[in-house]
Amino acid sequence: MVVFEKPKALADVSMHYCPGCTHGIVHRLVAEVLDELGIEGKTVGVAPVGCSVMAYNYFNCDMVEAAHGRAPAVATGLKRAMPDRVIFTYQGDGDLASIGTAETVHAAARNENITIIFINNAIYGMTGGQMAPTSLPGQVTQTSPYGRDTSHCGFPVKVCEMLSQLDGPEYLERVAVNNVKNVKNAKKAIKKAFENQLAGKGFSLVEVVSSCPTNWGMTPKKALEWIDEKMIPYYPLGVYKDRTAAKEQGGE
Amino acid sequence: MTDKVLMKGNEALAEAAIMAGCRHYFGYPITPQTEVAAYMAKRMPKIGGTFLQAESEIAAINMVYGVASAGFRVMTSSSSPGIALKSEGLSYLAGADLPALVINVQRGGPGLGGIQPSQSDYFQATKAGGHGDFRMIVLAPASVQEMADLTVKGFDLADKYRMTSMILADGTMGQMMEPVSLNYGEPTKYDKSWAVTGTECARPHNIVNSLFLQPDELEKFNFIRYERYKQIEENETMYEEYMMEDAEICVVAFGISARVAKNAIVQARAEGIKVGMIRPITLWPFPKAPMLKASEKVHTFISVEMSMGQMIEDIELAIRCRRPVKLCNRVGGMIPSPDQVYASIVETAKEGGAQ
Repeated sequence: MVVFEKPKALADVSMHYCPGCTHGIVHRLVAEVLDELGIEGKTVGVAPVGCSVMAYNYFNCDMVEAAHGRAPAVATGLKRAMPDRVIFTYQGDGDLASIGTAETVHAAARNENITIIFINNAIYGMTGGQMAPTSLPGQVTQTSPYGRDTSHCGFPVKVCEMLSQLDGPEYLERVAVNNVKNVKNAKKAIKKAFENQLAGKGFSLVEVVSSCPTNWGMTPKKALEWIDEKMIPYYPLGVYKDRTAAKEQGGE
Repeated sequence: MTDKVLMKGNEALAEAAIMAGCRHYFGYPITPQTEVAAYMAKRMPKIGGTFLQAESEIAAINMVYGVASAGFRVMTSSSSPGIALKSEGLSYLAGADLPALVINVQRGGPGLGGIQPSQSDYFQATKAGGHGDFRMIVLAPASVQEMADLTVKGFDLADKYRMTSMILADGTMGQMMEPVSLNYGEPTKYDKSWAVTGTECARPHNIVNSLFLQPDELEKFNFIRYERYKQIEENETMYEEYMMEDAEICVVAFGISARVAKNAIVQARAEGIKVGMIRPITLWPFPKAPMLKASEKVHTFISVEMSMGQMIEDIELAIRCRRPVKLCNRVGGMIPSPDQVYASIVETAKEGGAQ
């Protein structure tokens, strides 16, 4: 009896991610959801620029590699052209919350019927650890070597909170993948974000608080602890918007 | 629509795009191409197509990238400052070998410039559409009829060679009204087995991508792309020759400048001056061969442009600098008058190539 196997939607190749990086976990969760919903064959994924740029090699569904930050616009084109296909983007914080802020906000405002998996690890990983729009106040990075000084770098962008102010989006949830309980919740949220699209409900974004041991300069274990100690207090987990649930509760 | 109808250039272009099978349009408001978007906003919902006003030019071109990835005909239109914003997307379209049609209804620049007609995006369109080694097929209409015809042609060339076709028009072409006949038949179908339409778990996944971290691999794709460009130069160059049989002076002009130049040529011919014109219809590929041939008989070329002479170097290269190339231009949204071009022709005739 098989008790554990690689999801079918995940390609049988070795990934380039650093040891202890949580991208692998989130890739697996997305692939499990594609398997469980039986939608691999009708799904098109959009990879970003950043550490997950080569995600197009890791999923077995059709894939597009987008310009930096433009994945929600590319996904909009794909979905408008093929409304019966499932379109998701997989983006990091530099991609989604800095250079691609406009594309993110407006895809949400239009309630574009797409699914976004947003990895927030508070740093630019691929380019070697620069300050991200989500880097915490005081966080030491290559481009904030004395710690992020909010007096001249400003404050982190809280994506779920920001987008929740819009009438457009259907579903926004922040999850984490630093322990078993959180990973299970993350899976549930990701599944819901895809189910919403299948039901035609619209824009669903799951922000996944993740770790970057390499650029944080920590062991993988310490990095997971840092998520609990520093990241989650600043980026509280939970549902920031769920229009369907709100309607049901409101008795509409 | 076989009968002639009176249409604005921008609207004829938009209707031709629909007739060519384009069902997806993404734009962002900018003068003087607004009618294209307005026309699409009216028409697309009625034929099950997409009209979407994007949040920016950048988003619009990336929506184009998405639709093109799925293998559907798609277009965007803008004007000079907006095209600059699309440069990133144009480079990605080239790098991923995606077909698309992009319209530039040019206005004066640089910077915010003005809103009057211009041809000063010549370099940008023919040489520097974005970062990296790539070309776009650049089509320059000189009538409302050509606005429509070259749009259909542009889609076909884009699909055939898997690249961007750009219509390089100007405010005049976009705004003026002329009778047109729109009659194109069924759009040609091209193989798009590379498109990302979902694997149905029945084939290996397709990947639309412009990232190649291995330099030898990236080099290979550049070489392949330039082989294709060579075929285009050989097979797709388009131009019009006007009164060139016995010409001693050759005007080179495209778009509205060519229309103005024609009037001046007729006037000069009436005075016995042997002048003709080569009008490039494709600016890339540039019609080098007819110009080189003309340089055997012609003593002087005159480039009539609404730019500071951006086309001159292409003429000089085409004729291998055998003859002088003079500039007759207006810029900033000003259009050369027939009198100005006529004066330039008369002066050139007096000089007789003794420059």
